[in-house]
Amino acid sequence: MNTFDFLMQGLLVAAQPMNLLYALIGVTLGTAVGVLPGIGPALTVALLLPVTYQLDPGGSLIMFAGIYYGGMYGGSTTSILLNTPGESASIVTALEGNKMARAGRGGPALATAAIGSFVAGLIATMALALIAPFVVKLALVFGPREYFALMVLAFVTVSSAFGDSTLRGLTSLFIGFALAIIGIDQLTGQTRMSFGVPDLLDGIEVTTLAVAMFAIGESLYIAAQGDLGPDKVEAVRGSVWMNRQDWARSWKAWLRGTAIGFPIGAMPAGGAEIGTFLSYATEKRLTKYPEEFGNGAIEGVAGPEAANNASAAGTLVPLLTLGLPTTATAAIMLAGFQQYGLQPGPLLFATNPQLVWGLIASLLIANFMLLVLNLPLVGLWVKLLTIPKPWLYAGILLFATLGTIGANPSVFELGMLLAFGVLGYVMRIFGYPIAPVVVGLILGPLAEQQLRRALAISQGDVTVLFTSPIAAVLLLIAAAALIIPLILRARGRGEVLAQLAASED
Amino acid sequence: MSKGHTPSTETRRPDRAALVIAVFLAALGGLIFWDASRLASMGGYSGIGPATVPFVIAGSLLILAVWTVFEALRGDFPARDRQEVGPVVWIVGGLVLQMLLLKTAGFSIATGVLFAATAAAFGKRKLWMTIPVGILICLGVWLIFAGLLQLSLPAGPLEHLFW
Repeated sequence: MNTFDFLMQGLLVAAQPMNLLYALIGVTLGTAVGVLPGIGPALTVALLLPVTYQLDPGGSLIMFAGIYYGGMYGGSTTSILLNTPGESASIVTALEGNKMARAGRGGPALATAAIGSFVAGLIATMALALIAPFVVKLALVFGPREYFALMVLAFVTVSSAFGDSTLRGLTSLFIGFALAIIGIDQLTGQTRMSFGVPDLLDGIEVTTLAVAMFAIGESLYIAAQGDLGPDKVEAVRGSVWMNRQDWARSWKAWLRGTAIGFPIGAMPAGGAEIGTFLSYATEKRLTKYPEEFGNGAIEGVAGPEAANNASAAGTLVPLLTLGLPTTATAAIMLAGFQQYGLQPGPLLFATNPQLVWGLIASLLIANFMLLVLNLPLVGLWVKLLTIPKPWLYAGILLFATLGTIGANPSVFELGMLLAFGVLGYVMRIFGYPIAPVVVGLILGPLAEQQLRRALAISQGDVTVLFTSPIAAVLLLIAAAALIIPLILRARGRGEVLAQLAASED
Repeated sequence: MSKGHTPSTETRRPDRAALVIAVFLAALGGLIFWDASRLASMGGYSGIGPATVPFVIAGSLLILAVWTVFEALRGDFPARDRQEVGPVVWIVGGLVLQMLLLKTAGFSIATGVLFAATAAAFGKRKLWMTIPVGILICLGVWLIFAGLLQLSLPAGPLEHLFW
């Protein structure tokens, strides 16, 4: 069977009435939570993971796909109507989008973001379906050392290549690694770092860590800023529809954004937000209306929004084909797979094609649903934005603890939630990025497994890691991604890298 | 957001808080090293065992700690916003209370208290109003998630009235 047959089969799976319902619930919940200020896609996915616990793997992943795409849409609405600096994932959208909203053109800004996301999501999901089988074939020739090298590359790009400090990125990553070795060693069954505490034998749950760092850490940080007064939500005045000129200026930006965003997301390396910046820069250079940039140019919303969604679909390529999460959101999705004992990777395409292709197909369906849902319901989403902060954060903490209690109703788990929440808060104060901790926690054990397998085969000879050409090239790129930014920062050129920071929330 | 911290006019003082972070990293590295040394003899034929990677991580944490000391001494850490302590105490206190109350009082009461404490952290201090509201909301959430979605949320006296 070829890709097309698989995809058609997947569509049949996804189009079953129950699965359609799951997808609908997923996109609605995803948008509703994603639209709340201060909640990015990573936290949306982490908060809503418990909702899917009682479903079968297929239905759960389909709902999950909806939540993922819904969260992305919701986030763009927030940044257009509410200028929230600090949510760097959609900073670029806020640049022009919020200006448009202030000028009373919030409707067209939301529309071009929604339609652009749809176009980008559609093309990128198709591209995902086309590329995935090839990457799977490529992945089959990968041995432990190639996998290890690939993961090293992902570690470097997630933690230190972008952002404002190599030191702090690496520190975050290694805190993630330190947490990852807690529990039972997968290869020998020895307990590590658990100090006789039975609750620690299973290790640290990725969702507990993610929810603690993103939800509780963020709530503490926002609360500690004191009363900054209410945020200004821009009302959507006038028509939400775009006029002829809006369309003419948007469609090329959508396509360019998709073309920039997808390959960057699909690369097995972190930093998926770079696409939005590149797209913004491209649109700024190509536009016929340069004077509008900085004052609300529609291309500046259309391009980056498309790039953002395309790279979100792109990150599913390494996640599904290699089992390699390159963003915090993807790391939590991997945890979602693992709760059913599914390990994404080339094997999953062989053993469970229905599930994988059902998932890809439901991404397409979720994308359609979002387009239909989003524009008419924009008034409702705007209402969600106006929830006063005390109730908003009280609700966020309610659901953050609900997820943890639902997964494991133990006082110890809540204690960990609190401890990691405080850790996340302290890390925020000192400017440490959060995403590397989450990625380190989930990817660390996988990298260790591959490393130890490779070294066991070579009987402890470390040079074997560099003698495979693929592994050597990957490690070389990783070294470059570590060293070049260090030199750039030392010579005072760090601002560009700081802007490209791939922090998720 | 940055107040002060202009390295050209101000003499660079060592950043105390950053030094504390360095100590924490070194301690974490030491802890991992100590824990892994139990397993060091399990290398087997290849010399690669459950202690190998922890040793590498512990060593890296020590290097990062030294690096942090250097940046702290040079004053390379970014300027920090002033943090209000009160709201943080409210939220942490709410989470601790929830933890203590969860098993005995059940999900709704414990989480309702957390809800009110969080609202208080953001300025809504009328606890006589926010605690009951929080408990009611949490009861609704409990009915949906434990009742309909069959998530196992601890039940207390309030929940037993309904289920």
